[in-house]
Order: sequence, then structure tokens, then C-alpha cells
Amino acid sequence: MLDVDGLSVSFALPGATVRAVTDASFQVRPGRCLALVGESGCGKSVLAHALLGLLPGNAAVGGSAVLRTGGEALDLIGAPPAVLARKVRGRMIGLIPQSPAGHLTPVRTARSQLEEAVRELRSPRTARELAERFGLGDADLDRYPHELSGGMAQRVVNAIALAGDPGLLLADEPTTGLDRPLVDRAMGVLRELCDEGRAVLLITHDLRAAERVADDIAVMYAGRLVELGPAAQVLERPRHPYAAGLVDAQPDRSFAPIPGMPPELSHLPGGCAFAPRCARVTPACRAVPPLADGVACWEAADAARA
Amino acid sequence: MLRAREITVRYGRRAVLDGVSFDVTPGQVLGLGGPSGCGKSTLARVLALMLRPAAGSLSVDGAQVRGWRQRAPRDLRTRVALLYQQPRSAVDPKLRLSEIIAEPAYATGRAGVDVSALAGEVGLTADLLGRRPHEVSDGQLQRACLARALSLEPGYLICDEMTTMLDASTQAHLVAVVNAYRDRTGAGVLAISHDEVLLERWADARAELTGAGSRPATPSPSPALRSRS
Repeated sequence: MLDVDGLSVSFALPGATVRAVTDASFQVRPGRCLALVGESGCGKSVLAHALLGLLPGNAAVGGSAVLRTGGEALDLIGAPPAVLARKVRGRMIGLIPQSPAGHLTPVRTARSQLEEAVRELRSPRTARELAERFGLGDADLDRYPHELSGGMAQRVVNAIALAGDPGLLLADEPTTGLDRPLVDRAMGVLRELCDEGRAVLLITHDLRAAERVADDIAVMYAGRLVELGPAAQVLERPRHPYAAGLVDAQPDRSFAPIPGMPPELSHLPGGCAFAPRCARVTPACRAVPPLADGVACWEAADAARA
Repeated sequence: MLRAREITVRYGRRAVLDGVSFDVTPGQVLGLGGPSGCGKSTLARVLALMLRPAAGSLSVDGAQVRGWRQRAPRDLRTRVALLYQQPRSAVDPKLRLSEIIAEPAYATGRAGVDVSALAGEVGLTADLLGRRPHEVSDGQLQRACLARALSLEPGYLICDEMTTMLDASTQAHLVAVVNAYRDRTGAGVLAISHDEVLLERWADARAELTGAGSRPATPSPSPALRSRS
């Protein structure tokens, strides 16, 4: 479905280069959900924007992200903006945005925005069908965004995301600001969309949300994927020291923060970016560890071989 | 003691808080939970003297609050500090982090706030202090907001969904900073969150706001406050 290989994104600023994503490789398969987790500022949203072709002009992108649908393969990285606008966004990739209420136009009703998406994307379904699927009544659709609760606004953006019947859904922090029952409901919807054969890429900082829906988890640190594996394995037996620290920092675990702060993406240290905060650092860490066998850590790789 | 009695707030004809009473005890973390839209943030604004309730009374260490916002005496206003959910909408985007942290002291005419000591307390490195909000991550900006909230040594700290946007490690760090401040100064903390697991771990005592749920168009039945220790 989606094959990302060696994806790198950097931004040129006066006097500095920000390496937001470095050499990321992963796949998203139909019927599976991959959760990309990491702290704010680690590059996960930039990665999502790269796939949608929504990066600002000063971004330099390398690598490839090949999206295959119905025997057709398209590299999202090299594709011209017109192709991304006409064929990809909304039709091949649906976006479930951060803060649904803020994503909607405040001056038009939910119905008018959903109908616009149906019309523009030449949807195989009607606005009414899409609304029904997410439990939105006729009266709900006549409301303006400020009259919708968080849960309702989320259903509206979900319906809009599905208007073009995309095979891949990209959910960028879809749970921000929602309370637990709403998070659980949002994750339930993502799971349903997976189970009907769509591929889902979930971007989140919330490990518990990821746990509810993801088949696989990729942990990102300072722009690199440091661990990638089945969700249960990554959450129960994390191998990378950063992943282990993140799992352990949860309030129902040790609740202990990882010491120190992540490096600046404009001043990445040589070698492993996590080494300055790592308790298991060795001389080998002066070289960047590749993501091999699901983990990018010299120590963890040695432990696996021993 | 930060003592709220029969606090009622209405937005238009709709009561978001109806006769809510409770105490925040010095040296304790009171965890306040409840669903989205039940009035938790409204309550936070009342307690921080930023929103005048339609009815009810509030006292800070025995001193009755008679005016809210600019009508509140400065020494009362600065006894309660509020930390918001979204650091980006809680700062002036034009200020540097060091200016953000020093702002309350500047605004109240107090001299001698040690910005670098505060920055150290929340784990901000010196090179970050010269940056503006768009040049730092959410986690770093929230650290600066915590340093700002602590800068006038408040007796009560209200953390309104302080870590909802943040990853587990940053959350654990900020909670540890708040707890250390509480231990050092004996301040009372009101931790507002919809995250049961977090409150279970963090709070010494628990209270629950049971509101109408989150449909803004429907009138809210009386939110009742249950307190359990």
C-alpha cells in the first residue's frame, strides 16, 4: 500500500539546517494500523505533511514514498503539486486532522462542508450516507462548528475524510483535547476503518491511544525511527532505551521522566542522538545505529545476538 | 486553604457550574476530573480570580474575594497561579522565553526574579531562554509557562490539563516539578484532568465534576461535586 523508503526532510533556515526527518523507512498495509509515536517536535507531523505534499517551500525532501492502489504506483515525494491536489489528497489519502472543530470553516454548517467534499471528490456516497455511518443526524448537520461538541465535530471531519473513499487514512494527533471516552471512541472508529481494509497511519504522542488501535508501532526520536515492531512487543518489551523510557514514564508505570531533553533538530549530535540521555551508552554509540531488525541501537542489537 | 462555596457560573441562560463547593488544601494535590465540557476550565478561571461567578463565594487563606480580574487586590490575585492546557495560546508570540518567565514579576513591579533559577527548576537550558515561542517545542514552551506560573511563588497552583498535549516523559517531568515546588513551599495544587490514570497516580485527594456532557446546546443539569479522599 504505502512504502516509505529512506525519507528525509530538512528545512534550510538562515545559518542552520533543521533535520526534521532522517532516513525513515516503513510500510503501511491495507487492514493494518501503524502508530507513529514520539514527543512534540520530534518530526512526526513533518513526516505526515511530506506524504501529503504540504511542506513549506524551504523544505528539502529525499527518499521515496510509493503509494500503490489498484495496480497503479505513485511516488508521493516526486509527484507534481497538481497531481497531489487532483489525485492524492482526499482521494487516495484521507486526512483526519488535529482539533476537528478548528479544522472546519466556522462560517458554514457541517452539512455544507460535507456536501462540498462529496461534490468536489465526486464521492461514490451521498452526504446523508456518510453522516449516517458516523451517527450524525439531520439536525446535527445543520449546526455550525461552534455549536458542535468535540465528539460531534470529530464525526463530521471523519465523514469528510471518507468522502473520497481513500485507501489510506492519515490521522495526525486526532485525539488532542478530547477526554478519554472520546479518545476511545475515535480509536474505535480508526479500528473499524482498518478492519474494512483501509490502511491507517496514526500519528500521536499518546501511547495509550496507540495501544488501543495499532497493529504496529514506530517510535520516533529526533527525526529518526528508533524502534519499529508489533504494538504489543514495543509496549511490553521495548528494546530501544528511548522507547523503554517513554513506556516507563506513563503514570501507571514508574512515572519517571527520561533525564535531559531531546536535541535540537538543527544541532543534532554526531552518532546516536539519544546517547546524551542514555544510561546504556557505549563507545559504539559514536556512530549512528541503523534501524536493523526493528531497533536502532547498538546495545539492543548486541543483546539480541547474545 | 483555597475555599470555594456554592460557586455558580452561567453563560447566557445556561448554568455551567451550579453550586460547586470544595477546598484546595495547602501541601495537597486535589485531582479534579470530569468529562469534556462539564465546566472544569470555567472553575479554574473562577479560582484564579479571572472570572466572576454569578453566585457563591471564594476565599484565599481566609481572605474573602470581593473583586475579580482587575478589581481583585494584586496580592490576592498573585496568590493563585494558573497553568493552561495549550501553551501556544497562553503566551505572547513576540516575547522571548526569558521575557515570558519574567513577565508576572515585571507586571506586578517586583524586582529580583531569578529567571535562570526558575528555568533550571523546570529543566530549560540557557540557550532556549533567548528563543521565541515558534522556535521551541510544545513541551519546552509548557516548561516556560510552568516557570512563569511559579515565578511569584503562588500559594495555590491550578494545572488545567497541563500535560494533555505532551508525551509521557514530558508529563512525568512537569508533574515532578510541580510536586517538588509543592514540597518546597507547601503550596496547594488543583490538578484538572480527564485522565483518570494520571489523577490516580498524582492526586492525594479526588473530586469529580459531573456535568451535562459536552453538548453546548443543551442546558446543563446541576453539576454535583463528590469529594473522596
